[in-house]
Amino acid sequence: MSVTGIIFSNIHDKNLPELTRLRTMASVPFGCRYRFIDFTLSNMVNSGVTSVGIITQTNYQSLADHIGTGKDWDLATRAGGVKLISPHITAFANDHIRSHISSRLESLKSATVYIARRKEDLVVLSDCDVICNIDLGDMIAFHEKTGAAITLATKKMVLTPESAAKNVIVEKDETGRVNDLLIYPLDTSGEHSVSLNIMVLDREKLLNIVNDAAAHGYTSFNSDVILRHLKSEKIMAYEYEGYFACVSSLSEYFSCSLDLLDPKVRNALFGVKNRPIYTKIRNSPPTRYSDGVTVSDSLFADGCLISGHVENSIIFRGVTIGKGAVVKNSIIMQDSVISAGAEINCSVLDKNVVVKEGVRLSGHASLPFYVPKNTIV
Amino acid sequence: MLQKKECVAMLLAGGQGSRLYNLTEKTAKPAVPFGGKYRIIDFTLSNCVNSGIDTVGVLTQYQPYVLNEYIGSGQPWDLDRTYGGVKILPPYQRATGAAWYTGTANAIYQNLDFIERYDPDYVLILSGDHIYKMDYSEMLRYHIEKGADCTIAVIEVPLDEASRFGIMNTNDDGSIYQFEEKPAKPKSTKASMGIYIFGKEVLKKYLEEDEADEKSSNDFGKNVIPRMLNSGAKMFAYPFSGYWKDVGTVKSLWEANMDLIGAKPALDLRTPKQRILSRNSTRPPHFIGSEAYVANSLITEGCEIYGTVINSVLFGGVKVASGAVVKDSVIFEESEIGEGSVVEYSMLDCRVSVGKDCRVGEPAVSNKGIALLGADLRLPDKTVICGGVMTSELPKEVK
Repeated sequence: MSVTGIIFSNIHDKNLPELTRLRTMASVPFGCRYRFIDFTLSNMVNSGVTSVGIITQTNYQSLADHIGTGKDWDLATRAGGVKLISPHITAFANDHIRSHISSRLESLKSATVYIARRKEDLVVLSDCDVICNIDLGDMIAFHEKTGAAITLATKKMVLTPESAAKNVIVEKDETGRVNDLLIYPLDTSGEHSVSLNIMVLDREKLLNIVNDAAAHGYTSFNSDVILRHLKSEKIMAYEYEGYFACVSSLSEYFSCSLDLLDPKVRNALFGVKNRPIYTKIRNSPPTRYSDGVTVSDSLFADGCLISGHVENSIIFRGVTIGKGAVVKNSIIMQDSVISAGAEINCSVLDKNVVVKEGVRLSGHASLPFYVPKNTIV
Repeated sequence: MLQKKECVAMLLAGGQGSRLYNLTEKTAKPAVPFGGKYRIIDFTLSNCVNSGIDTVGVLTQYQPYVLNEYIGSGQPWDLDRTYGGVKILPPYQRATGAAWYTGTANAIYQNLDFIERYDPDYVLILSGDHIYKMDYSEMLRYHIEKGADCTIAVIEVPLDEASRFGIMNTNDDGSIYQFEEKPAKPKSTKASMGIYIFGKEVLKKYLEEDEADEKSSNDFGKNVIPRMLNSGAKMFAYPFSGYWKDVGTVKSLWEANMDLIGAKPALDLRTPKQRILSRNSTRPPHFIGSEAYVANSLITEGCEIYGTVINSVLFGGVKVASGAVVKDSVIFEESEIGEGSVVEYSMLDCRVSVGKDCRVGEPAVSNKGIALLGADLRLPDKTVICGGVMTSELPKEVK
């Protein structure tokens, strides 16, 4: 069966207010050279999905710039390819409607024309901030084999009360059929199957759901659609076993980024055979290391010039680290410059930041210091 | 979209490059990897694009498969154009018979129809085996200002090396009065870079004359340029100053790679102007481990470094295990250096696997030369490869 993809690009923006002030959640830089959406887009492309609609709402210039024609994901094709679905606000729209678009179901209403025009049988819906390398082809085969109406991807995770309150817990019977959802539960902890916010369903069915929701004023996919239909429809859970990270705060962004220094995590994301993660090509030259540098336990993208000390850090494309500068436990985004003698610790530097000579910045692992884009310190 | 092109570039990429030994066993010289993530031809192709030339014919003949696949639609260089773009031009069979390209001039002669299709005023002839960044549009402006029939780019070389080059002897106004191929006693130090601009009609006329001459070996440097000089054509030397290197030998290819490193590299790839474009792979960022030591090197995506890397250029996906040392070397894609092995003053082609505790190459001061290991070679543990050895097979004593 043919499958089309839909990605929600502004979902969870409010979880990372610092990084999404000037961009969508989808275009938050991650892992030296990627953006969050690269994982979802690559997962779709690697599973043979050749048409993807990205639903946008606000702030999506950086996303549009990142996606371009889609050719870096092989999605610059005539039949399908990648399309940005811009918010469908009519001339009669008012603030009431704008403020309303905060859920997946609401934003799908903007996309009904796009969904109706597609020819594919199935739709895979995904959030943009699902950092994993999942075989969606296998999930789709599971969906077809079980004859499910909707299939949700889940993963067993050990939750703390804090992380449980940010997740949707999926309860299921031994066949995998979902019998309950706990949406952002309080006072829950221990091992549970957590929703990855990736689901597969029939395209026509999705249209019916969206139209029905519009008629009834429903807003939430989880509570208004899935919970209501647990008995009348077969809703299945597909268990994913690989690495998964979902970032819901700056400190989580910080720790998930540094998790990439673990070869096991890197391998689970980037080392899967025939399922590479694609991103926008920037044509940076290789990174150049000077004499007398000391680098350890760090990841570097191309295009950097490294002359100082780098330890336990994530260095994006085109970063310059001057002589005698010290960068520890930090994330330095694209084209930032750390001048000679500066010291950075437990910090997240957004793109194009300049740290002048001798400046010292430090946060804490639980509260990393964030420097906004284009700042000169 | 301009239907008429002012200038069409013709890139000679058919050379075998036999002095690169096993690097060109299965690959044409322009497709030989260079500088961590490039191939030699990226420089000329990028120069074309950066100079506003969007129609490039690439003349191939020797082992074209890798090169053809690499160039593909030309998309990485923005040369996938509706009209123009990059086109691969192999020799082909025509109604009157089939012929290989017998020389550089003959290769262009056989493709005059291709040039005519774009109705250009000028034709730029390039070779695909030099590393340099050059704005051809400035050379074209010079050609037009001088009202030349042919302009040849020249670079100053040291006098003691001049006898290795084709030397242009010029008047004060830049016009060429004599061309000497590898002169024993050079009169000038202006060496031809193998870059020519011709007026299209002039080129056509001389190529047809050259073709009619049965004694000619159909080579630009040997036949066409001297013929033009003898017949009084207006020929000018365009002086180029900047980095330029012929990478025709293993030694010079190694040197050119080394020219990319250092505090002030002879060729800086990091300048935003005149970017060199290439077909990028999809590899994750590179990782430097806790015990690693890295100095004065170029490292690119997909590398995993746990050992020591000094004065070296590493291509994508190279793995250096802990306790391994890579020094003064160039390591092509996906090669792996096992624990405790030392690779020194060597070049390793793609996917070479060096086992544990091996010794490859010897320091440059030993004067034995660069060790060169061919693609896909697998060295068992404790193998020793002496300096200067160039091989695609295991030494007999190891087998």
